[in-house]
Amino acid sequence: MIDWRLNLRAIIGRAYPRIVGSLREPSWLFFDIFLPLLGIAAFVFYYKALGAPSVFIGFVILGGAMTAYWINVLWSMAAQFYWEKEVGNLQLYLAAPMSRMSVLAGMALGGMFSTTLRAISTLALGFVVFNVEIEIISPMKLVAVFFLTLVALYGMGAMFSSLYLLYGRGVWHLSSIFQEPIYLVSGFYFPVRVLGFWVAALASIIPITIGLDAMRQLIFNGQDTMGFLSIDIEIAILCVLTIAFIIGAKIALDFMENLSKREGRLTLRWQ
Amino acid sequence: MAMIENMRTIKWAAWLGWEMESNWTNPIVFIIYSIIRPIMATLILVFMYLIVLKSTSAEPALFSYMFIGNAFYMYVAQVLMGITWVIHEDREHYQTLRHIYIAPVNFKAYLIGRGVTKIVTTTVAILITLAFGILVLGLPISFHEINWPMLLLAIFVGLLCICTIGIALAGISLITARHGAGINEGVAGVFYLFCGVIFPLTVLPSWGQSVALAIPLTYWLEILRRSLVPETAMISGLSGFSELEILILLFVSFLFFLSLSNLIFRYADYVARKKGRIDMTTTY
Repeated sequence: MIDWRLNLRAIIGRAYPRIVGSLREPSWLFFDIFLPLLGIAAFVFYYKALGAPSVFIGFVILGGAMTAYWINVLWSMAAQFYWEKEVGNLQLYLAAPMSRMSVLAGMALGGMFSTTLRAISTLALGFVVFNVEIEIISPMKLVAVFFLTLVALYGMGAMFSSLYLLYGRGVWHLSSIFQEPIYLVSGFYFPVRVLGFWVAALASIIPITIGLDAMRQLIFNGQDTMGFLSIDIEIAILCVLTIAFIIGAKIALDFMENLSKREGRLTLRWQ
Repeated sequence: MAMIENMRTIKWAAWLGWEMESNWTNPIVFIIYSIIRPIMATLILVFMYLIVLKSTSAEPALFSYMFIGNAFYMYVAQVLMGITWVIHEDREHYQTLRHIYIAPVNFKAYLIGRGVTKIVTTTVAILITLAFGILVLGLPISFHEINWPMLLLAIFVGLLCICTIGIALAGISLITARHGAGINEGVAGVFYLFCGVIFPLTVLPSWGQSVALAIPLTYWLEILRRSLVPETAMISGLSGFSELEILILLFVSFLFFLSLSNLIFRYADYVARKKGRIDMTTTY
């Protein structure tokens, strides 16, 4: 029988350090808010040097803000069980009586909160500093796309975290490999349609690809956003991805937990 | 004698770095990590260029400017990270920093040695990126027209300069708890924005251009571009300076950064020992 109260407490308990931690050290806020702007500003000036239409500057700022989520999913979701193993927490999680999915859900909620602070600050500052014109078609759809993207993305991260259970130090490289190449194929800084239909379709497995495309279409109304698919289709795809990744996370977690128990890797540090 | 010892420290530190980078991971993952990743990062800029100007030959000087700047910037990002992250990794993760610190070796030489590993792997990535640019994207670099002495001299001085900045950041990492990656990314981000890595300096506001002129890496990238594609000088914003003047500016600014780095490291080292931070662990 599922103990919902226990699992809810586990979710809150795991989310808590991420929420409190993100506010505890003021200097981290500086790094979280202002440093991403440097890279975004460089891309903005690059588009200016190329003589690009002003809407492209908006693309860069929106994409730059969303990179925070991708980085968080890679390093603080996917690789998290590896870090937990390194510091000796993983065995405690596995010995505790709650569902492991609660731990993943708590990690995701905490990560979403702290990353949203960074993303919203970057977005707001970027739009103000570079004077980007925005016109939102449907605020409700925008909110729906944003949350569906996040839930699907963190579901994907939860699935990866199980797969990463078997990796040792290699996770560092693995996460690095997934960083910039995904910025490219997901069209963080330019419309994904430019890559061609099939590349864009394949890249749509990553929820942020479709999510970003839909958000661009919703935020920059009246400007040529070079959208990949219609917004309604993209919302439907995001719904499918959300369900698929959450179920996938559960299956992967059960499988990898058993496998790593059999192979004795759960408590193996510094491998 | 000290020089020989330092060289030996650099050699073994580089070997250690190489073992940590390569032998502890899957070779295929390592190759993809070292090669595919930088090419993909460059392709982001290429697609941004293509989406606006349609063809890489539309503005060849601007394309070369961006491509070469971005390729060589890999040294800045990777070597800075390589040297700075050592403090965090050795101190907190493997908890070996205390042993290395009290060993009879020059600690700065050890840090540079760890950076050498990054220099080697990044050099391969840069060569592959440039080859990809020339063969696939039509980057107008002619092997026979490259100013090799200027290129090699610039690379040597530039790498010294990056290592110097890395040492200063490593010093700061000695007295901070969890800012290693943030400091490194922040400084690398400042250079990426202000040194005209992917766009000409003239695009920056005037105060930004003043910042750029105070950083040696601005001159380093300019001399590298001129060595490979001299036409880039016309759009860089530094066309008023000759190659010799740029080299002198690079040397002078490097010497200033060297002195600054020494001061920062010595101060940080003193504070770290005084406050007992050498063997600090914060369960990162």
